[in-house]
Amino acid sequence: MNEALLIAGMAAATMVSRIPLLLWLSNRQLPQGLFAALRYVPPAVLAAIILPPIFTPGGQLALGLHNPALGASLVAVLVSWRTRSLLLTIVIGMAVYLLWRAYF
Amino acid sequence: MHKEINSPRAALLAGMRDTVPLLVGAAPFGLIFGALALAAGMSPLGVAAMSAFVFAGSSQFIAAGLIAAGTPIAVIALTTLVVNLRHMLYSATLAPKLQGLPLRWLLPLGFWLTDESFVVAAKQFEETPHNPHNRWYLLGSEIAMYANWQLVTWIGIFAGSQIRDPQSWGLDFAMVVTFLGMLVPMLKDRPIWIAALVAGATALLAQGLPNQLGLMLAALLGVAAGALAERAWPLPKKEAA
Repeated sequence: MNEALLIAGMAAATMVSRIPLLLWLSNRQLPQGLFAALRYVPPAVLAAIILPPIFTPGGQLALGLHNPALGASLVAVLVSWRTRSLLLTIVIGMAVYLLWRAYF
Repeated sequence: MHKEINSPRAALLAGMRDTVPLLVGAAPFGLIFGALALAAGMSPLGVAAMSAFVFAGSSQFIAAGLIAAGTPIAVIALTTLVVNLRHMLYSATLAPKLQGLPLRWLLPLGFWLTDESFVVAAKQFEETPHNPHNRWYLLGSEIAMYANWQLVTWIGIFAGSQIRDPQSWGLDFAMVVTFLGMLVPMLKDRPIWIAALVAGATALLAQGLPNQLGLMLAALLGVAAGALAERAWPLPKKEAA
């Protein structure tokens, strides 16, 4: 495997996804409707990234005590909702996850 | 949230500070990547170089798996492109807030754009849309993420020679709980709830699609659902900007 070629290819592919729209859209106005819709990008992307590993960790729907990701996520949601602290949510969520995995 | 961000320096530091919790969440991911890529047969220098030049966690992770499976370079690069398509949404979202910046700003801001910095900056830009130092805030967040990613990759490379089966440790859940902790405070009005629910449900149903295309589809449908819901439940008017 030619590592330099691999890294160059992946770097190019990543830049193609990150840079062109930034350049193109940073000197023109988006249509108002589209612009307003962009406020939904962060919640939509985050939900789309995390729901599969929470509900279907092994590729199968897992609703029960044997799914540590689901249990720890419920605790993390509570912590986040009550404290609004991201750091506390991560630390407690991770701790619950690891303990849950060890004991169930 | 912050005292007045009234200088480039204050904005840079605020961006870094607001990113600290995300560094904690990203660290295990970088550690595992370092160890995993080494186990996949890459050289230590190659692993470090990938984090330095590609700087895209999930596609680096997937690439490590593909390398181990002997996948051709062209296929790995193409997979990277597809996995990273969501960054097009990010750059399109941030671009209107970075109007008129010269290339010497836009190129690094784009190169360093990750999930985490995007979410942190999008939140800040919504709260203070007219702050002239917003670009410094994004830059601060990105530099913090980049430095952290290099550091944890190196630690992973170093530790990787000692650890067997790094993935079995369960550290990959750190990313899930990080993003969860970012999502919950966002759920402030009904259209946002609907956007998140539609996106999440679609992602669950579309998991079978290759290369995280389901993720892209889910994000687009979620955004569309949120925009539609806004017509039924209009947002409270902010004072005219």
